[in-house]
Amino acid sequence: MNTPVHTSLVLRHSYFEATARSRVAQVLDAGSFREFLPPEVAQPSPHLAILDIPGAFDDGVIIGSAALDGKPVLVIAQEGQFMGGAVGEIHGAKIVGLLRRAALEKPAAVIFMVDSGGVRLHEANAGLIAISEIMRAVLDARAAGVPVLALVGGSCGAFGGMGIVSRLCSAIIMSEEGRLALSGPEVIETVAGVEEFDSKDRALVWRVTGGKHRYLTGDCAELVEDDAAGFRQGAIDVLAGRTEPLPSSTVLRAEQERLSSRRQRFAGMRDGLEVWAALGVPDPGQVSLIDRDSLVALKKGLPA
Amino acid sequence: MENLEFRFTAQPVKPAAGAALCGVVGSGNLEILIRPGDEADACTVVVKTSARGFGKIWEAVIAEFASRHPVGGTRIAINDMGATPAVVSLRLGQALGDYTGGAQ
Amino acid sequence: MNAPHSPGAWDTRRQGRMRRIERAASLGVARQVPASRIGELLEAVIEPGDRVCLEGNNQKQADFLSEALADCNPERLHDLHMVQSVLALPSHVDLFERGIASKLDFSFSGPQGSRLARLVQDRQIEIGAIHTYLELFGRYFVDLTPNVCLIAAQSADAAGNLYTGPNTEDTPAIVEATAFKGGIVIAQVNELVDKLPRVDVPADWVDFYVLAPRPNYIEPLFTRDPAQITDVQVLMAMMALKGIYAEYGVKRLNHGIGFDTAAIELLLPTYATELGLKGKICTHWALNPHPTLIPAIESGCVESIHSFGSEVGMENYIAARSDVFFTGADGSMRSNRAFSQTAGLYACDMFIGSTLQIDLAGNSSTATLGRITGFGGAPNMGSDPHGRRHASPAWLKAGREAGGPDAIRGRKLVMQMVETFREHMAPVFVEELDAWKLKESMSMDLPPIMIYGDDVTHIVTEEGIANLLLCRTPEEREQAIRGVAGFTPVGMARDRKMVEQLRQRGIIRRAEDLGIDPRRANRDLLAARSVKDLVRWSGGLYAPPARFRNW
Repeated sequence: MNTPVHTSLVLRHSYFEATARSRVAQVLDAGSFREFLPPEVAQPSPHLAILDIPGAFDDGVIIGSAALDGKPVLVIAQEGQFMGGAVGEIHGAKIVGLLRRAALEKPAAVIFMVDSGGVRLHEANAGLIAISEIMRAVLDARAAGVPVLALVGGSCGAFGGMGIVSRLCSAIIMSEEGRLALSGPEVIETVAGVEEFDSKDRALVWRVTGGKHRYLTGDCAELVEDDAAGFRQGAIDVLAGRTEPLPSSTVLRAEQERLSSRRQRFAGMRDGLEVWAALGVPDPGQVSLIDRDSLVALKKGLPA
Repeated sequence: MENLEFRFTAQPVKPAAGAALCGVVGSGNLEILIRPGDEADACTVVVKTSARGFGKIWEAVIAEFASRHPVGGTRIAINDMGATPAVVSLRLGQALGDYTGGAQ
Repeated sequence: MNAPHSPGAWDTRRQGRMRRIERAASLGVARQVPASRIGELLEAVIEPGDRVCLEGNNQKQADFLSEALADCNPERLHDLHMVQSVLALPSHVDLFERGIASKLDFSFSGPQGSRLARLVQDRQIEIGAIHTYLELFGRYFVDLTPNVCLIAAQSADAAGNLYTGPNTEDTPAIVEATAFKGGIVIAQVNELVDKLPRVDVPADWVDFYVLAPRPNYIEPLFTRDPAQITDVQVLMAMMALKGIYAEYGVKRLNHGIGFDTAAIELLLPTYATELGLKGKICTHWALNPHPTLIPAIESGCVESIHSFGSEVGMENYIAARSDVFFTGADGSMRSNRAFSQTAGLYACDMFIGSTLQIDLAGNSSTATLGRITGFGGAPNMGSDPHGRRHASPAWLKAGREAGGPDAIRGRKLVMQMVETFREHMAPVFVEELDAWKLKESMSMDLPPIMIYGDDVTHIVTEEGIANLLLCRTPEEREQAIRGVAGFTPVGMARDRKMVEQLRQRGIIRRAEDLGIDPRRANRDLLAARSVKDLVRWSGGLYAPPARFRNW
């Protein structure tokens, strides 16, 4: 009696809703995950303890080794439900340690499940330092030839320092539900006023920071369904036949040129709708409504 | 934050693997870590909770759980961000299930 | 206006009506009133001391007329007696603060509960009584007949016929009572059209209508985002389905709105179907068009739904599912609160809803200190109607559980479903309801109890199900309630031995007694986990309001 659409809706495992642990279990090869510094040997954050806030055993991030489609990978998965996925000292140190290990061991990739608002303000400078170390460690891993894939599809998205980290990765895979930006919507509204940006207009927030917008502008490599299976396949597809390019100042300068002209091209635009129209999308209003496959097909048909 | 410690006698239970972790420290939620403990017929529990003044209820909830399920030979550590007894009981059941690999 | 008849004069109401209409005519205000002259019209046709029904429904609001009335001159209009279902808008309360109205009979005031309480304490308002919807509608035809009613419709044609469309709600009851006892009917409409989709109110019954500057406000009260449903709510829903719906074979029912019942609705295509219950339960509903029922409808679990009103965003879905919903020949939905309430009262075998407090007799109340909120329609749904005569298997089974094998009547199933603690660890189970304190502080005749303990048949909490039908003494009833009251002070004070005996007798059943594995109680079991899922289930027909979307 149920159509295939209905059955797929029921069987789907929402990536957006899942905890970091279940994302790891469902995206990587079944049973392949081995956790480094598991909760039973870890300690919660001493900074939070001083502030009388309960910590988490894993400080909100899981690291370890696994396999993706049979290939060895190292994994980082942030828990967005704990402190907004924000990066504190221990949290950051685990990520940095994992990335440095990747530079030494050279797995097929680092799978980095980002779900974070950025720096954990409670930990102040320790959090800031941690994120800057993460940035360096990502670049070092890439320079060692290891692709670092950012998966962005959780409730916290990738904001602040973690937004920057995501863009430093080799490629980003996003779902429609995911968001990628620097300043958070509420921060923009608080600082610049509601006329500048209405953070309660959820549809606008997603038109400006969400996965579909990032996909159309080329800031993410793949758009996938909100589904562990979608992220898994997206990661496999991005890695297939990929060689991590050596760092090159020529490439970096070209990228900066590209971003500079893009910034001029879309100057003054205040809504994804305007950007999409400028990109040649025939009916920008439909972008938010159509499904993932339709949007992927639409993007293919756009002028280069 | 309030720190609570309890010890209950209980029927012994065998772990399927090592430790089991269940839940997330989000608002209204908690995480529970169950590991093998030192005393075969007792369960020691350490709770760190953001909500103050509910020690008696924590004690009752966990005592009830220990009386209904074999949890001897374990140590349980909990980080709590204001979960209600309903959520605590549910997570305890889930954590024990993961710890025993569903045998219980 | 309620003066006794003078000798020989038997048509004073008709004469009064003519007088009012002539006053409007002499001012040059036509039947179709320009929006700019609405204040003049109201001051012309309403008289001091009138009983005025303002369409403050549960959902739709005649907001333009309400604000216009509140802007009238209190020297021209004063001491009005307002009779209305819901005190929803600020302007509804402004009427009293500005001295235009002085007395109120109503049913529900959730949104204005605090302001109303203050008015009562400041003696700026006299409350006649707080009713259920059906009681109030009934009194419109007995002793609360309106002199003037101010209603909201979707559109009017040139003749003054009205179309109320999907959100018809209370309008038929209000208009009938007013139009046929010499009253004046005034409508605000969203648009003027050449031809209405269908005629819901004939022009003969309408005296004045005005094109409002903005469409009338409708509150999306019955939409619940599946993303907010918790694992504990899934557990309770599983227990309700397996322990009660399945046991009694509940086919005809009403759900009080809430996340707990939304979880049940979303388990129908999954858990309930897995239990083999499709077609055996939940086939016929007196219910608003809950978006969370879409998966069950699409899965073929539902045969028929009659609704009190519509729900914002559901219009196209409803029109495309005319086998299930009540729709006109024009294709759009027809709702009717009076009839749906009657259906829920007499033609349903079960009501289930949530509440804020329950005491040891099973009385339940949503009353909180400092607010007067009223009852709405819940007591009509959640009560055992002694006037019922037709039998059904569920009704007979419940009746026999309560009255023994030779019971002379059945019983309606009335379930209260709650977690034992609310926000901020406030216990739901209490020794004494706040309703008693509210009775004192607001000088009410009775404590505002939503569902009487006498009528409650089952209580479902995360700790299990208490079947009060099987309790034979007040002590058993009290311990049955304590036995599912978890770790609240009421629960902790239970007689453990007696509770265990009640469990042996099946009066208390825990999840494990029902064969439910708590580890299955998680959101994965829901057929839809987000608003977007609901849209997909509906094939794109459901159009959620912006506040529920992130696209």
